[in-house]
Amino acid sequence: MLYREAGQFKTTYSADQQIFPILQDRIGFFITMAVAFIAIPMFAGDYLTQTIFIPFLVLSVAAIGLNLLTGYAGQLSLGTGGFMATGAFAAYKLATSFPDLNIIFVFIAAGLITALVGILFGIPSLRIKGFYLAVATLAAQFFLLWLFNKVPWFTNYSSSGVISAPPMSIFGVFVTGTEASHTAKYFFLLVLVTLLALAAKNMVRGHIGRAWMAVRDMDIAAEIIGIRPLQTKLAAFAISSFYCGIAGAAWAFIYTGSVEPLAFNIDVSFRILFMIIIGGLGSILGSFLGAGFIILLPVFLTNAPHMLGLNIPVDIISHMEVMIFGALIIFFLIVEPHGLARLWQIGKEKLRLWPFPH
Amino acid sequence: MDFLYNILIDPLVQIFTYPIFALEVLIGGLLSGVMYSLVALGFVLIFKASGVFNFAQGAMVLFAALFFAGFIDTGLPWYIALLLTIGVMVLLAMTIERIVLRPLVNQPHIILFMATIGITYFLDGFGQTIWGSSVRVLDLGIPNNPMEFGGVLINQFDMVAAVVAGTLVAVLAVFFQKTRVGRALRAVADDHQAALSVGIPLKTIWAIVWTVAGLVGLVAGIMWGAKLGVQFSLAMVALKALPVLILGGFTSIPGAIIGGLIIGAGEKLAEVFWAPAIGGGIEDWFAYMLALAFLLFRPQGLFGEKIIERV
Repeated sequence: MLYREAGQFKTTYSADQQIFPILQDRIGFFITMAVAFIAIPMFAGDYLTQTIFIPFLVLSVAAIGLNLLTGYAGQLSLGTGGFMATGAFAAYKLATSFPDLNIIFVFIAAGLITALVGILFGIPSLRIKGFYLAVATLAAQFFLLWLFNKVPWFTNYSSSGVISAPPMSIFGVFVTGTEASHTAKYFFLLVLVTLLALAAKNMVRGHIGRAWMAVRDMDIAAEIIGIRPLQTKLAAFAISSFYCGIAGAAWAFIYTGSVEPLAFNIDVSFRILFMIIIGGLGSILGSFLGAGFIILLPVFLTNAPHMLGLNIPVDIISHMEVMIFGALIIFFLIVEPHGLARLWQIGKEKLRLWPFPH
Repeated sequence: MDFLYNILIDPLVQIFTYPIFALEVLIGGLLSGVMYSLVALGFVLIFKASGVFNFAQGAMVLFAALFFAGFIDTGLPWYIALLLTIGVMVLLAMTIERIVLRPLVNQPHIILFMATIGITYFLDGFGQTIWGSSVRVLDLGIPNNPMEFGGVLINQFDMVAAVVAGTLVAVLAVFFQKTRVGRALRAVADDHQAALSVGIPLKTIWAIVWTVAGLVGLVAGIMWGAKLGVQFSLAMVALKALPVLILGGFTSIPGAIIGGLIIGAGEKLAEVFWAPAIGGGIEDWFAYMLALAFLLFRPQGLFGEKIIERV
């Protein structure tokens, strides 16, 4: 009764084509935004903001990026960590070489550099498909990390190989470095994520998104109806890497503050892949849901033995966490292979019919 | 210019100046490539029979090695430890088939792939919860000394590993060609539906193929464990087997062997002659780049099935 599109007539094309055509969805969206922009900064303490909300925002950008590539364009990639590292190190080089540059330009330029790297590693996708491509993208993962580890130029010849973000401000408020407050970081990230998510949503609704989906569903058929596979696939790699690069830069500059190449190892790539699979392939909302799930799960697993009053040695707990993480992933894939986004869709269908069962 | 000289000319000069040394490196590389093939074989078996890209093969190698070394450390004689570990691997294969694969039949490949990554996490955690994360030494009594063959030094352990791998491939070949189960496996690999319709029990076949992959993993785990010690990094060996896999083709057992030889030889040669010029530590990615270069010319790997696409 509450969630029904009946009676909501559209009189213009723009009204018909908006992102949320149903009034209830729009209300839901604005409530979510209000919670994100007002309630969370007001009520969540520094600890929650730093340990949950900031990494959530950073990783959802990476998840959106990978979802554009894997979920929409159908190119399975295991190189996300490498691309994030590229973004982080590009941003670091830019920020230290041009100290006066605004952080927004630093992030965008880092994203663009990562996009170029992404195009480079996307070229094989024109000939290689499926799991062969997935393994081939591992080349990007290992090669890029090796590069940042071995070439001291990338770390400005620091002996430890660790880069630290210089303090940078926007409108006079510090968002990186030790002086930055968690709230400032959170707001900066939130605006960034909102803009990037909106851009992604509009891309996948538009011409390029449809081209991606056509290539994903069958690339030969797509080619025959006039979609250029070269441009389409490389655009997917470029835009996906742009997002991953910004996510990597945000991870290094805003979340951790200082980072070494190994922080972007293959485990990161897998975790982001888990996010989009558990959230839902081919869904922007799913990227957020999956990111939230994968971030909350370890937090929950770490605290669960405490809450249950169990007293288990720390090293066994860390092994059991890994084990339960794996088991839960399998459980989720079996229960809902199409991810949390599908559950949300099913829920909406049920709401439309409610209170009737059919 | 110096850099180009160091990369393009200097290594070749060195190879031709010290041909015996280059030959030693080459043979050492070929033999260590055999060790990669051991792991890659497990991938190929499962991919052939069920189309599942089993990322958990590396974790299975670690898992088997952990159990074998763990049983031996509790004081059991090696043959009982081996039997018990085989039992564990059979049980593991049946559990995976029943709990993970059966509910996921007909799901897209990527879902099954992610499920095997879930299995990887589970096995890594489970094995270490039981046996702890300390390094265990696995002594098989194989000497790890270089031996001289006609002026060329060759590591004895690597020779034994090559013999083991050769035997394993021979046994697998006989199993696939001559036995009833082997024929059923090949039928399933060719066409699931046709195999079902002539009465081949798909579920049993999958359990068998995971068992075989588990046993191959056990052999690989024992060999790698004896070489490196049984520890968490064994699971990372899988990452070295993946380039072997794409180079040889996902569906070809000979491909896994030849891919392993090419990767092993290329990697060792590059590491000895080229790595100093570009900073060293290239073993993480060189195999991938080599495989990638091959893939550009043969997208399905050297021996993979030709991809035929129709609309």
